[in-house]
Amino acid sequence: MNQMAIAALKNQYKSFVQSMFDEGVLDNQFSQLQDLQDSSNPNFVDEVITLFCNDAERIITEMNRYLNYQNVDFSKLDSHVHQLKGSSSSIGAHRLKLACVNLRQASYERNKEECVEAFNSIRHEYCLLRSKFQFLMQIERRIVALENNQQ
Amino acid sequence: MGMATQTQFHVLAVDDSLIDRKLIERLLKTSSYQVTAVDSGNKALEFLGLNDNEEDEERNSSVASDDQQVRVNLIITDYCMPGMTGYDLLRKIKQSSSFKDIPVVIMSSENIPSRINRCLEDGAEEFFLKPVQLSDVSKLKPHLMKGITSKETKSNINKRKGMEEIHSPDRTRARYSELEVV
Repeated sequence: MNQMAIAALKNQYKSFVQSMFDEGVLDNQFSQLQDLQDSSNPNFVDEVITLFCNDAERIITEMNRYLNYQNVDFSKLDSHVHQLKGSSSSIGAHRLKLACVNLRQASYERNKEECVEAFNSIRHEYCLLRSKFQFLMQIERRIVALENNQQ
Repeated sequence: MGMATQTQFHVLAVDDSLIDRKLIERLLKTSSYQVTAVDSGNKALEFLGLNDNEEDEERNSSVASDDQQVRVNLIITDYCMPGMTGYDLLRKIKQSSSFKDIPVVIMSSENIPSRINRCLEDGAEEFFLKPVQLSDVSKLKPHLMKGITSKETKSNINKRKGMEEIHSPDRTRARYSELEVV
């Protein structure tokens, strides 16, 4: 019985990841990460996702702070966006990365209004990504729990 | 058992991004390299035992060469880091009498030809665009082997330095198709 449940969950995981690729939320870099996970590093993807989310939230909080000042420090803002863009790229968070590119452009043009708009977009994309990642990790944990039960 | 760790290549990875450090570490370990990952150029120099003071370097390098564990076969570093950039680190390594022969590879999220050229001209063996892939890591082997075999392989490496040879063709095509104005 467990075998069927595990297979079903694995399919669910695979389909959900595929939907994220189809929506452009994730790109091929995420597949690269999955390929790096193996029996000697069974939690690799989970760990990277966790690191990414913690980092992204920290950066987004900082960016929000900078944007709330009357005079925006565009260069500090830019350095934060650069970081988030880098992490997004490394994890395969495609749409989030594009949102970062937009914020970098707005920041370069020193256009506060556009920066705020671009930032809102980043926040939106991140929230979407996080909830999808959470869903994925829940499935993963159920798979692991069932697999452990078998042993 | 002990023999295996001694013959394993040791790569020093330098990147201020936690995620990228985790990634490069996994990529390198998957390729059977021993890895030390640090978050800054200063920490990298500290790890090597290289200080700005030439006297210290001589003292430290004689200690380092006796101690197998500090031996580094390749350094792979991010370009954009606060404080000391990857380029600054490259220069310091190449200016050091003890460490100038350690191959250095630069990684960057930005595809800037003048930056790439400058790094290659100043002694970097390779320049990888991020996110780094397993196929990039497989290019490290010849540079690591160079340290073991003789100087005759150096002439093969020199032909890489032209701009048109920086990336393998398929990678260049992929990059140009997603050029973004940042």
